[in-house]
Amino acid sequence: MSYPSTQFAIPRQMGIYEPFRQVGVWRETFSGGNSSNIGASTIVEVDSNLENKIGFGSHESMEPSGNDQESHRSADKVQRRLEQNREAARKSRMRKKAYVQQLETSRLKLAQLELELDRTRKQVAYGGSSFGGNHMGYNGIVDSGITTFELEYGHWVEEQHRQNIELRNALQEHATEIELQILVEGGLNHYATLFRMKADAAKADIFYLLSGIWRTSVERYFHWIGGFRPSELLNIVESQLEPLNDPQRLDFHNLKQSSQQAEDALSQGMDKLQQTLSKTLEADQILIGETYGSQMGAAIEKFEALENFVSQADHLRQQTLQQMCRILTIHQAARSLLALGEYFQRLRALSSLWTARPREPSAESYAS
Amino acid sequence: MDKVLRLARANDVVIFSKSSCCLCYAVNILFQEIGVHASVNEIDNDPDGREMEKCLMRMGCSSVPAVFIGGTLIGSTNEVMSLHLKGQLIPKLKAYEQKATS
Repeated sequence: MSYPSTQFAIPRQMGIYEPFRQVGVWRETFSGGNSSNIGASTIVEVDSNLENKIGFGSHESMEPSGNDQESHRSADKVQRRLEQNREAARKSRMRKKAYVQQLETSRLKLAQLELELDRTRKQVAYGGSSFGGNHMGYNGIVDSGITTFELEYGHWVEEQHRQNIELRNALQEHATEIELQILVEGGLNHYATLFRMKADAAKADIFYLLSGIWRTSVERYFHWIGGFRPSELLNIVESQLEPLNDPQRLDFHNLKQSSQQAEDALSQGMDKLQQTLSKTLEADQILIGETYGSQMGAAIEKFEALENFVSQADHLRQQTLQQMCRILTIHQAARSLLALGEYFQRLRALSSLWTARPREPSAESYAS
Repeated sequence: MDKVLRLARANDVVIFSKSSCCLCYAVNILFQEIGVHASVNEIDNDPDGREMEKCLMRMGCSSVPAVFIGGTLIGSTNEVMSLHLKGQLIPKLKAYEQKATS
């Protein structure tokens, strides 16, 4: 009796055999790289599952006969089949779990997209710039540098989450110092990549970057010159680090203080820039037509200064991370990077929850 | 060139800046925060400004602010910030102070 592969497909189409259909659905969900792997083993496992459920026993007929041998072999076969069943059931449970997780992620993503759509609709309706100066602008032309950034940033965040998991596993499983070193360096490099991406985005549209529209709403609440506060990093990490030995404690305190001072200096510089820009555009400076042009020109020149400030802020972020890791032992550095990664992950999750919160449909506001 | 070097050595901490430059302002604020008084030379208000700018570039500093400690070029904003976070800025300042008094 042969089992052509098409026989597997037919019951699915007819929708007769429950186990086939369920697994088929889960398999289809993972469209993309994974599915071929899962699919192949699925066919094998469910095949043997099928044998048990539907009772095709014709495999046995291929074995040579002889009562004693047969009963031994049957026992073996039963064992093997039970084993395969357990395996299949286990894999099935894992796939189901992954599927459910994916559903939940999609649900949150959907909520986010709905919010985005809502915002865009409002922007189109009112013709002005929405909160944060959305890059779409008035003429609907999207800067390709910004589109690239948004795409790459999405990937960056996913990779960050993956690295968090890797770090957590390594720490829980007591990885060696060398392994931790590799992970720490990978983490620092990943941040370096982010800063490079941001530098390119700043050239495309500095206001886009400054607005923080590319981050989630809760992250934006903590925004400082185009990103997270360097001193905030150290605060988040501090509680993770006890106990610090004395030289470390002093170094850490000094780093906190210097990053705070550098931050203050940049903040004040930004305020000054704002004032200067404002002054450049003051009405009483418009005397004649050509002055208007030079006034605008002078203002636009100031935007380059904005780019420099964001660049300095990112430099500060990077330096803070590097110096922090230099002060700490490898183990501490790994724990710190994990603490940071998970902190930002939580901010993003909080934003998603907030976005997905149940709200009154807007139609009701017109009811009265 | 002479003018730049002369001005650079005139004080412990010297910043060459431009009046419109807010990053220069920020670096000056940083020095104030650590309790240091820096002397600021605005090259855009100096008749020899363009020459000075070229000179600074030749010395390796491509933009303002250009910071000198004890007559030695430290660099621009990047270098100053890095040094400070490494905890090396203040020792550098102190080292020059000690040299000056000895």
